[in-house]
Formats: sequence, structure tokens, C-alpha cells
Amino acid sequence: MHFITALLAGLLFGLGLIVSGMTNPQKVLAFLDITDQWDPSLAFVMLGAIPVMALAYRLMGTRRHTCLQQEIHIPSNRQLDAKLVAGAVIFGIGWGLVGYCPGPALASLLTGHGSPVVFSLAMVAGMLLYRLLSRFMD
Amino acid sequence: MVDWTHATPLSSLAGGVLIGLAAALLLVMNGRIAGISGILGGLLKASWSDSAWRICFLTGLVASPWLYSFWAPLPGMVATSDINLLVVAGLLVGLGTRLGSGCTSGHGVCGIARLSPRSIVATLIFMLAAMATVYIRHRL
Repeated sequence: MHFITALLAGLLFGLGLIVSGMTNPQKVLAFLDITDQWDPSLAFVMLGAIPVMALAYRLMGTRRHTCLQQEIHIPSNRQLDAKLVAGAVIFGIGWGLVGYCPGPALASLLTGHGSPVVFSLAMVAGMLLYRLLSRFMD
Repeated sequence: MVDWTHATPLSSLAGGVLIGLAAALLLVMNGRIAGISGILGGLLKASWSDSAWRICFLTGLVASPWLYSFWAPLPGMVATSDINLLVVAGLLVGLGTRLGSGCTSGHGVCGIARLSPRSIVATLIFMLAAMATVYIRHRL
């Protein structure tokens, strides 16, 4: 059953990305370009998503398992560290170069365009590179 | 100057609500955070028992345009076709999201919704870094 809810969540998430305009890198770049003709639309995506998610946390309270008997995994780390800052800077530069963040790139994989395929393969390579580097960092 | 002629506040808000509902569904049913980079990156090291839900979620995400196209034609999705740029950006996004433990969804939506200080700081930083990147590229 929890596989079906994960699949549904993925579908719904992707539909949200398409409806909101996040899967169009041109629109994302227009949002990131604050000096020229700024398209504020993508701020509305967060405005729509965050309150719904905040309600979901409220609903779950201090429960440790979901109604499908799945353990609840919520990050407990509250420390700001150099890895977080460096990672956010690197991600931000990559996002600003093309206008793809991970979700929209994956949701665009099967739309017949080559760009999201190239981007997503490079993104997975970047994740594997992190795995390699993290062995030296720890 | 704000470009209201191309802005789509209502559909972006509606899409945002759908994203919030999807993340809420995954939390309430599966007990998991809908951070795309975390779900994908976790797949690269996960055990089989931890992989199945990740594969299910990602399958739904990848299949979503197909479902959307039953309802309406897919909206325009114009990305650069510069392969070098796509590869560099992809590498940076993959590396950065793993190093920084999250992306737009994990930090920007799920983390901010529970007022996580790490996510608030990460979101501010990657937004600023992305805006600075766009600014610099437009002036080179």
C-alpha cells in the first residue's frame, strides 16, 4: 500500500511542478532575474506549498509511525555548518546556469526534449561524485 | 520592474498547493520528506528495502507529464540546448544538493514548512547564489 501512496505522491508532485511553471527553465530564470523584467510567479509556488506542508506536520504531531505503519523520518540536525553553506552555494550556481533544479529536471525527462536528459545524467554523476568525495571528507 | 504580463500567480499558486499536497501525502502515509535530491541521492546508496518507495515516487514524478497530457497539452518547456552548460549545471546541482542536504523541495518547501533553521539558511543562500549567477551571466 505504501508503494502506491509513494507513486501517487510522485505523480501529484510532478503535476504541481508542471501546473506551477517550474518545469519551464525560461520561467525559472525570469524569476531569478530580479534586475530586469522580474517574473514573481515562482514565489507563489512556495506560498502555495509551504502552508499545506506546515498543516501536514501539525497533523502528524509527535507520532512516530504513519497510519501505514511506516516510521517517520524527519531530519533532526539543527546545526548550521560549512557543508550546508557550500552545498547551497554550489547548487544555487548550477540552478542559475540553466534553470533546472532536481524535481523539474526529472519531471521533464520523458517530454521528448534532450536537455533534461543530459542535465539529469550529469546531476546523477554529481551525486556520485559527492559519494566519492565524502569518503575523503569524513 | 515586475513583469506582470508574463506572471502566472494563480496557476503557480495552484501548482504550489499540489506540490504541498504531494509532500503532505508522502509525510502522512510514508513518513518521508519529499526532497527530490534526497530521494534520488538516497537511491544511490540505499538497501533494497529502502529503495522501493524511492523508485515508486520517482516513477510517479517522471510519469507526471504523461498524466498531465490527458488533461491539457503540456506547457512550453524551453531549456538551453548548450550541452556543456547542461553538463556543468547538472554536476553542480547534483554535488551541491547532496553536500547541502537538500534542494528547492527538501529545504525550500518541506524544511521551511517546519521552520528548520538549516533549511531557511540554505534556501536563502541558494536563491541568492542563483540570482547572482543569472545577474553575472547577463552582464558577460
